[in-house]
Amino acid sequence: MIEAEPHPHDIGVDPGAPLVDLPGHSSRGRLERVLRRGEFAITAELNPPDSANPDDVYERAQIFEGWVDGINATDGSGAHCHMSSVAICALLTRVGYSPVLQISCRDYNRIAIQGNVLGAAALQVGNILCLTGDGVQCGDHPEAKPVFDLDSIALLGIIKRMRDEGKYLSGRPVTTPPRVFIGAAENPFAPPYDFRPIRLAKKIAAGAQFVQTQYCFDLDLMQRFMARVRDLGLDRKCFILAGVGPLASAKTARWMRAHVPGVHIPDGVVKRLEGAKNQKAEGKRICIEMIQALRELKGIAGVHVMAYRQEEYVSEIVHESGVLRGRAPWRRDFIPKMQAVESLAQ
Amino acid sequence: MRAVPFAFEPRGKRPPRRSSFRLRFWSVRHAGFLQRVYDTIQRLVLALSPLLRRIGYARLEAPFAFAERQIKGALFDCRMCGDCILSSTGMSCPMNCPKALRNGPCGGVRADGCCEVYPDMPCVWVKAYEGSRSMRGDAIVAMQPPLDHRLKGSSAWLRIARRAAGEPA
Repeated sequence: MIEAEPHPHDIGVDPGAPLVDLPGHSSRGRLERVLRRGEFAITAELNPPDSANPDDVYERAQIFEGWVDGINATDGSGAHCHMSSVAICALLTRVGYSPVLQISCRDYNRIAIQGNVLGAAALQVGNILCLTGDGVQCGDHPEAKPVFDLDSIALLGIIKRMRDEGKYLSGRPVTTPPRVFIGAAENPFAPPYDFRPIRLAKKIAAGAQFVQTQYCFDLDLMQRFMARVRDLGLDRKCFILAGVGPLASAKTARWMRAHVPGVHIPDGVVKRLEGAKNQKAEGKRICIEMIQALRELKGIAGVHVMAYRQEEYVSEIVHESGVLRGRAPWRRDFIPKMQAVESLAQ
Repeated sequence: MRAVPFAFEPRGKRPPRRSSFRLRFWSVRHAGFLQRVYDTIQRLVLALSPLLRRIGYARLEAPFAFAERQIKGALFDCRMCGDCILSSTGMSCPMNCPKALRNGPCGGVRADGCCEVYPDMPCVWVKAYEGSRSMRGDAIVAMQPPLDHRLKGSSAWLRIARRAAGEPA
């Protein structure tokens, strides 16, 4: 068996070093490279620690190594307090991982956000996902003051302007613009269904280059959404990563449906879990089948695996689904051949 | 009673109840008609702009804002953001969204079309899309810039007249 090797463009002189610039790329990140090469990309969501210990971050990131092309560091997801996304991303870039910074409009105004974008880019964070954010009512601080100074589409526009025109929203110049690959979220599984593709078009016009969707458990709805997206030609203007994840049990599925905003799980899926002898294994099976189905869906550029509290199964799920088709995402322990190192050093 | 976070509301304002939405939804159902009314108002304001200028915008601000607050407050539950985009949002006021989203719905809309934050309130953007279907043009796809929060409480109609007169709004 031949051990698959990461693509030479994805390897720096040492793990934490920036990658060589590629023409036509907005960032120096690995996720953009994988997508632009036309590979089926995998991203995963890191469950941020409730601690000040950097090792907690590294431990949680390590289980994805060699299986994913990007690691999303959530920004107070579900309106719960955790270590900040910028800090997690900065820790991850130190050892060479390719993090996706999440910015939620719930917690910052335009002054804080633009400062954070520059800071993150300075710390070699190459990908930024712009989110509106869950309402504070679903978190552990429901009494907090929600900010919502911007919406996600305005945020996309602001970051694109900083990058492409080198200006803040105010018009004041930025001396070194942030080199970032800009992403957005979309939920094809929430009403108004007919408006969702239009909203995606708006996000792309505002600057979105990649999109990560909400959990997909309903393939029919996804196919309907994608048909409209292809009609509008949106799949050619942006990389669409479908959100997937394993459900631990029927009980979890019901809880998520009721308590996590925007998650749609059809009754059929819950029933299938209920009828299974081993619900956890069945949840994984459903996730793997969904990834394989999405791999065949035209216009889908990859999957975003959100395995909340089941992160250790991500590698198994990706491996068993076989969607990488022999490709090996970057890993730290990979030692490039000597001539490759020399060519990179030049 | 369900505990609703007051932090979403302007100080002292009660969270919305279903019965109080009726007029707002009437406005969405008659978005096409209201669009014509709006066009008329806009033409009127523009025609009167030389007169308004002579009287002085500063003097008109308070009565205009008062009238707008009453009329739009009744019809749309207007929040007086000062930068009205009702004609781009199917006559459903986006400032009633707890996240104040001006460019489209968030991803948290419930399967029944209700709001993530207020389970009893239909999402303003679900309504906006409905309203926009009966309006001319495709203004709902227009990109809305970030809101200037300094405009809160001021008259949007007078601002149209000011802009038309080439004055800083």
